[in-house]
Amino acid sequence: MADHAGGESPVGKGAASQPTLGRTPRAGGSGEARPPGPAQFDIVVVGAGPAGSAAALAAAREGRSVCLLERGPYPGAKNMYGGVIYGRILDDLVPAWWEEAPVQRWVTRRQTMVVTEEQSFTADFRTQKWGRAPYNGATAYRADFDAWLAGKAVEAGATLVTSTVATGLIREHGRVTGVTTDRPDGELRARTVIACDGVNSFLAKEAGLYPHTDPGHYTLGVKEVLALPREEIDRRFNVGGDEGVDIEILGATPGIPGGGFLYTNTDTVAVGVIVRLPELSAAKTRPEELIAGLKRHPSIEPLIRGGELKEYSAHLIPEGGYEMMPELVTDGMLVAGDAAALVLAAGIWLEGVNYAIGSGMYAGKAAAEAIAAGDTSRRGLARYRTALEESFVLRNHRKLRRAPGLIMSERMQGAYPQLVCDLVEELFTVTDPERKPGGLAAARRGLKRRGLRLRDVLRDGWAAFRSYG
Amino acid sequence: MKGSGMAPQPEIGFEERMETVDFDVAEKPHIVVDGEVCRSCTTRACVTACPANLFVPTSDGGILFNYEQCFECGTCYMVCNNEGAISWAYPEGGHGVVMRYA
Repeated sequence: MADHAGGESPVGKGAASQPTLGRTPRAGGSGEARPPGPAQFDIVVVGAGPAGSAAALAAAREGRSVCLLERGPYPGAKNMYGGVIYGRILDDLVPAWWEEAPVQRWVTRRQTMVVTEEQSFTADFRTQKWGRAPYNGATAYRADFDAWLAGKAVEAGATLVTSTVATGLIREHGRVTGVTTDRPDGELRARTVIACDGVNSFLAKEAGLYPHTDPGHYTLGVKEVLALPREEIDRRFNVGGDEGVDIEILGATPGIPGGGFLYTNTDTVAVGVIVRLPELSAAKTRPEELIAGLKRHPSIEPLIRGGELKEYSAHLIPEGGYEMMPELVTDGMLVAGDAAALVLAAGIWLEGVNYAIGSGMYAGKAAAEAIAAGDTSRRGLARYRTALEESFVLRNHRKLRRAPGLIMSERMQGAYPQLVCDLVEELFTVTDPERKPGGLAAARRGLKRRGLRLRDVLRDGWAAFRSYG
Repeated sequence: MKGSGMAPQPEIGFEERMETVDFDVAEKPHIVVDGEVCRSCTTRACVTACPANLFVPTSDGGILFNYEQCFECGTCYMVCNNEGAISWAYPEGGHGVVMRYA
């Protein structure tokens, strides 16, 4: 067994000061909130990503003893994302977080780009307001950001244990009472477990909260981080100081439902694609070839030219949204973040870290309240679900539940980007000595050329209105 | 996609690509592939989908698997349609992929 971090850890060897490791459950049950086995902590949070650290922070603030488990050597080591952290939800947890959070650039320019093989049409929005407090979104390296947020939980009193895998649940009398870890004798008992163990969440699956997993609900994200001089990035992206750009790209993954992204860090740019799993494997296309295709696009290539690959990364994303969401509460356990499929993949909005922080925060609060009230059964913890329903987390997810399907549909992925680009090209191509084409006639021709039926377009329009209207 | 007349950036080789990623390789493999089960597989979805290119078909119809440079993403078991072919767990604590700029 390899060397584990920190002799001060409460798990396994070197935990002599901590009581009761792996002891047999005490006979004769006690109060509702007290698990049969002796609990070393009120709450064990599994995973020190944004969900886990927010949960640990919120619960520790309520005076609860919290153990925050992380399988990586540091928080963030296993985490990867597609570009922007929206910090508004942090205002409550860490007032004036922007003064201390390890940010690369503040996003002041936001683009949505629709591309075909050799066309592109971009909605380009910029506001200087997002470049000053309280800011809107930031790019960051997750190794920095996640470690920073975990540090806030530790400051609040949580115990962070890194390099430790939660290998399974301890369940007694049908309720979760802790986790087993990969440390010798590393059982950890708690009144409540909060599973923030990421997109693959083996804990949520073990608890039976995902009745089945459909690969169609998952996408693979692959990303290249490319080094470029800071001034060069400023020049190419038309920004200055610590301003940054985030570009979401539709039509960038020919034949495979997905999208592309490009965003700026201080002296690197990140470029990548997100593709749905069943079609990725059916297409027999290698993921890095899809990035290469995007990087060769005439609208992208000049932005990343000469950038030297600094790190290649990959991660799964639970993009199915509301339709794939597991049960969020069971006896003795809550699920938050990617583990609860709380990623909003709704085309113009692509958000995950903020939903992780939000759900984690509500989970931490609900667990603390349930423990204080002496009831950590499913009913006692149900406040978590209610809090999510009353907040942006499930309000947005429910409203946008049809959006992932719409965005990933064949028309949205192929025909519409082509249609939009053709239409704009036709309008802006000067046809002298012929007269200018009428917009309506051009649209009709475009529909016909792409084999689109008006009634399908109208149906998609209605679906879009129901999501975004 | 076609270039725009400018010379496209030369793509780096796969080995070189993977050299940019930090791995603290565990002694014990965290993923075990049952080559016997793979022999009857018709899709071989893992071979192209794995972003780290860890699944290599062998001439005798099996699959050779390396766990060392795994992103721990989960794509392989998600796209695998042969029950029991891939046993997937996380590498032991502190080991496996260590991302720095992701």
